Amino acid sequence: MNEKFDVIVVGAGPSGNAAAYTAAKGGLKVLQIERGETPGSKNVQGAILYADALEKIIPDFRDDAPLERHIIEQRMWVLDDESFIGTHFRSNDYNKPPYNRYTIIRAQFDKWFSSKVREAGALVICETTVEKLLMDGTQVVGVRCDRLGGDVFADVVILADGVNSTLARKAGFHGELAAGDVALAVKEILFMPEEMIQARFNIQEDEGVVIEMMGKITDGMMGTGFLYTNRDSLTIGVGCMLGDFKNNPNRTAPYTLLENMKRHPAIAPLIAGGEMKEYAAHLLPEGGFHAIPQVYGNGWMIVGDSGGFVNSVHREGSNLAMTTGRLAAETVLAARTEGKPMSAATLRAYKTTLDASFVMKDMHKYRDMPSVFHKNKQFFTTYPELVNRAASTMLTVDGIDKKAKERQIFSSFRRSRSLTGLVGDAYKLWRALR
Amino acid sequence: MHIVVCIKQVPDSAQIRVHPVTNTIMRQGVPSVVNPYDLFALEEALRLKDQFGGRVTVLCMGPPQAEDALKKCISFGADDAILVTDRAFAGADTLATSYALSAAIRKIGEEQAVDVVFTGKQTIDGDTAQVGPGIAKRLGLQLLSYVSRIVELDLDARHIIVERRAEGGVQVLKTAVPCLITMLENTNEMRFAPMENMIRAARYEVRKWNKEAAGIADITKIGLKGSPTVVSKVFGPTPREDKAEMLNAETSTPRDMALNMLQMIFTRKPELEAQIVGNV
Amino acid sequence: MSTPTPPASAASKPLTPTKGGRNLELSEALKAYKGVWVFIEHDRGVVHPVSWELIGEGRKLADKLGVSLSGVLLGSPDDKLDAFATEAFHFGADSCYVVRDLVLKGYRNEPYTKGLTDLVNKYQPEIVLLGATSQGRDLAGSVATTLLTGLTADCTELNIDSNTRALAATRPTFGGSLLCTIMTLAYRPQMATVRPRVFQMPPSDAARTGSIIEDTLSMVESSIITKLIDFIPDAQSNKVNIAYADIIIAGGKGLKNPDNFKLVWDLARVLGAEVGATRAAVQAGWVENERQVGQTGKTVRAKLYIAAGISGAIQHRVGMEDSDVILAINTDANAPIFDFAHYGIVGNAMTVLPALTDAFREHIAVRGRKVA
Ligand SMILES: Cc1cc2nc3c(=O)[nH]c(=O)nc-3n(C[C@H](O)[C@H](O)[C@H](O)COP(=O)(O)OP(=O)(O)OC[C@H]3O[C@@H](n4cnc5c(N)ncnc54)[C@H](O)[C@@H]3O)c2cc1C
Ligand SMILES: Cc1cc2nc3c(=O)[nH]c(=O)nc-3n(C[C@H](O)[C@H](O)[C@H](O)COP(=O)(O)OP(=O)(O)OC[C@H]3O[C@@H](n4cnc5c(N)ncnc54)[C@H](O)[C@@H]3O)c2cc1C
Ligand SMILES: Nc1ncnc2c1ncn2[C@@H]1O[C@H](COP(=O)(O)O)[C@@H](O)[C@H]1O
Repeated sequence: MNEKFDVIVVGAGPSGNAAAYTAAKGGLKVLQIERGETPGSKNVQGAILYADALEKIIPDFRDDAPLERHIIEQRMWVLDDESFIGTHFRSNDYNKPPYNRYTIIRAQFDKWFSSKVREAGALVICETTVEKLLMDGTQVVGVRCDRLGGDVFADVVILADGVNSTLARKAGFHGELAAGDVALAVKEILFMPEEMIQARFNIQEDEGVVIEMMGKITDGMMGTGFLYTNRDSLTIGVGCMLGDFKNNPNRTAPYTLLENMKRHPAIAPLIAGGEMKEYAAHLLPEGGFHAIPQVYGNGWMIVGDSGGFVNSVHREGSNLAMTTGRLAAETVLAARTEGKPMSAATLRAYKTTLDASFVMKDMHKYRDMPSVFHKNKQFFTTYPELVNRAASTMLTVDGIDKKAKERQIFSSFRRSRSLTGLVGDAYKLWRALR
Repeated sequence: MHIVVCIKQVPDSAQIRVHPVTNTIMRQGVPSVVNPYDLFALEEALRLKDQFGGRVTVLCMGPPQAEDALKKCISFGADDAILVTDRAFAGADTLATSYALSAAIRKIGEEQAVDVVFTGKQTIDGDTAQVGPGIAKRLGLQLLSYVSRIVELDLDARHIIVERRAEGGVQVLKTAVPCLITMLENTNEMRFAPMENMIRAARYEVRKWNKEAAGIADITKIGLKGSPTVVSKVFGPTPREDKAEMLNAETSTPRDMALNMLQMIFTRKPELEAQIVGNV
Repeated sequence: MSTPTPPASAASKPLTPTKGGRNLELSEALKAYKGVWVFIEHDRGVVHPVSWELIGEGRKLADKLGVSLSGVLLGSPDDKLDAFATEAFHFGADSCYVVRDLVLKGYRNEPYTKGLTDLVNKYQPEIVLLGATSQGRDLAGSVATTLLTGLTADCTELNIDSNTRALAATRPTFGGSLLCTIMTLAYRPQMATVRPRVFQMPPSDAARTGSIIEDTLSMVESSIITKLIDFIPDAQSNKVNIAYADIIIAGGKGLKNPDNFKLVWDLARVLGAEVGATRAAVQAGWVENERQVGQTGKTVRAKLYIAAGISGAIQHRVGMEDSDVILAINTDANAPIFDFAHYGIVGNAMTVLPALTDAFREHIAVRGRKVA
């Protein structure tokens, strides 16, 4: 019995779940296939959830979703080896429901999301890997799974299979992803009693803090570090471009990077006593706008990481994943009501709505970020030291007048980078962010 | 023929964390699995079904979310799944559990007579290996525990011959069906479910029975009330205060390090030296 | 739900009678139950050592309660039950209940359950202890269910609760990550099973004697459905008895492959030791499961336990931490096993094991000569 479905969704991460949920709610016959033991078992990291994207799919998600803490304070740190300089933004507005950002533990969150997908009427199958797409000419007609009688058919297949996007590549929909377009991030969840977390980060129950970090912690590679507060655990991690790891002169391994970061005098005291609960390494697509492949064709669409939809500057991914998943499903629903075939011509509508959405707008806004940072490593090496030195020069009281200090600082900048270089960098950054 | 397999959903205790301060279990985020030992029972039941035809019903007592465990069994090839779930069952110990399960098995028998009941050897959370024998006793079934192999089953003569793991060997036992078998671990390997079953399981609606549906009249026999044993104290294992004496293999040649270690061991426990020399 | 799973809040709370609407008071009738019993397990002419370990522990409990300690021996007329009884007295029993009947030849659940149940109903002991062996567990479950009383399985510690005089049985729960103490307050007898090797062998005193109480079993073979048609003893080769081994060399997943695991055998051979393993190593198929040490394997009490490539997960720890000397070899200086090992070698087992093997071989050669 090789059954036929309206939609097959490959993958049960945020994008796949958004797609399956939306399609099933819309009354379609949906089969979702996940290779992990349970949805989320393959993605165990704690993370930040941006409410708006999920709200558009499940408006009352706050009632029962496993949310850890809502973010009331965002810290940005620039670190050198000894010190950091940074900004803390904490606002009481963040404490007024409905909250707009939460820390979550993906394993639990994905499980919850998946239960909603089932309630919506989709069939969800785990521990099953899709090995290839079944084609009829140029039309995708189904998938082949790694099980006896593993062929299942559908009018349209939504590829939500994550950053490696193996299936689309096998099918020749797009080429290999360049090491320069993906970041490798390592994460740890450190268990810590609730009370201790609240005391250390100066927060109440349910309140959370996010710390974003850049500087010497990435050992000259393009990347960032982060520290999130969950209910009774901390998520700490660091990610750098895969290519940079490959070319790193010190051959610094991702895990070593994280270990060193955990030893940084500014970070160590925050995580002291935390018991390691789990360790995970995961790729992120960070090629940005320019790396986004063809995302639709005859009987197929690509959503989420698989399509490279990650905003590396703001480390947003799951929200883009959910939004692209939702839009893809809505495209199918619309085509259905209009009785159109699931051809490339029909599914182009997906790309059109994408372009109109914040997804592509943001991706476009930051289109040059990756290359700017990539071509100018000083953002991750020289500058962090400079600004930290500047701060300490300014703040150390040693009988030198402030004007002299300013001269000192300025010359120290000059010494390590030419004036034109400095101006150039500033300009590049401004262009990229504009 | 009709086989009932009792399976339990258990927290994957490899992933359980204990709160260092309050010493309570932190179930949050700990995935639940089918008790690994029960899969050997299920696979054995499925093999009998392959051989003799008939149906396999899986039975579980537990909270509503335990239906995931049952669905998993359906994907492996079980025909029917029943979840006995009721607040009144909470806090059941082995005695109360075997009472509730045996009542449910009687009910199942009313639909179609049961030839063999399987349980796993033990659960990884309860870990008592007592529920199986308990069910057998309550249903008046012949008990075959720690079965390592089913040698012969004759449904016409209604007898079964099995090998049972005992200390220092195996007993070969012959008895009559119906009977209850607790299956030994590593006696078979669970099959890889075909796609068809995966889809059937995804669609399958687990039958949920509350205590009335399970035919339980006397609530003093179930849950906390029906449990003679009382948990009086829960605590974490006491950590050893004296730390290990460490040698670093890098700092000396392996040989010196080894000889060094010998000395340390033999000075701490001289009689060991005598014994080891004696051994050979 | 099959053992009382402690509610998240149950952490060491004092007991209040009629908790959760349950009656936790002992009825007058049940107060009449007195004395500690140990079921003495024997098969084909030998008593399982766990029974003696339990006599040793039962003695302590009986003394705390100021009651007598009895052994229970069921068997066929041609079993050496009197000899076993005498041994029981040497180890500390005051008396033995003995039932001889042909239907008790070789262990079978049905006649043994009836035998023990009848004795309990007739002589009313307050505590009944059995070994957590395939026989003891099989029997205990059936007897407890027949008597409708509480049974605590696989205990690692037995004590008497001073204010209730009840048996406080401690056992691992949640895969050994926690321990819980369980009591049977309103029911008698209080039953518990204990794994071999959890308690030490008691000293034997040839001068001690005791009394034998003979009883009978009213059962005819024709009424017993299950027949024991054969017993196939394990081949000498795979007769593993690591629970009682003095020296154990254990290997874990850190050895990476079956070939490296041979290094464990090499060292074992030189020391005349048994080979143990972690579940991970067993599941990898490098060794038989009879050799698995830990919560779901064997409990050992070795004089010397060498652990190579073993992380020291709690489930392994609970099975071996009572060994006299534990030496751990691990590349990871932070491996949990170093928290409870006596000696630690931070290094590659593939180089350390052979080095140890040679060192021991040399040493034995030298000392051997001296001895001769
Ligand atoms: C360290 C790290 C930190 C991050 N932090 C944040 C954050 O704070 N906030 C945020 O919004 N985003 C964050 N992201 C990004 C976010 O995790 C991803 O953008 C998001 O998970 C993408 O969802 P997805 O569904 O597209 O892919 P995934 O979540 O990767 O899901 C893909 C699923 O498909 C399954 N699959 C793959 N291949 C197959 C196959 N052949 N057959 C069957 N199933 C298959 C996989 O098992 C997986 O479950 C972070 C990412 C990383 C790596
Ligand atoms: C319900 C339940 C019951 C269980 N029961 C048991 C049980 O009875 N017994 C049991 O053992 N386990 C049991 N386990 C499994 C247990 O949780 C652990 O998974 C298991 O003990 C780990 O085995 P391991 O130490 O060999 O492997 P790992 O945990 O993978 O440890 C390997 C170790 O080897 C080290 N290493 C790596 N390379 C080298 C080298 N070259 N030289 C030296 N060291 C090296 C590593 O640093 C690591 O510490 C149970 C689990 C559950 C959930
Ligand atoms: N709540 C339950 N529901 C179904 N079967 C159970 C349950 N508890 C125990 N069992 C069965 O009894 C066996 C022994 O369990 P235990 O006595 O807890 O070790 C298990 O392997 C299961 O087959």
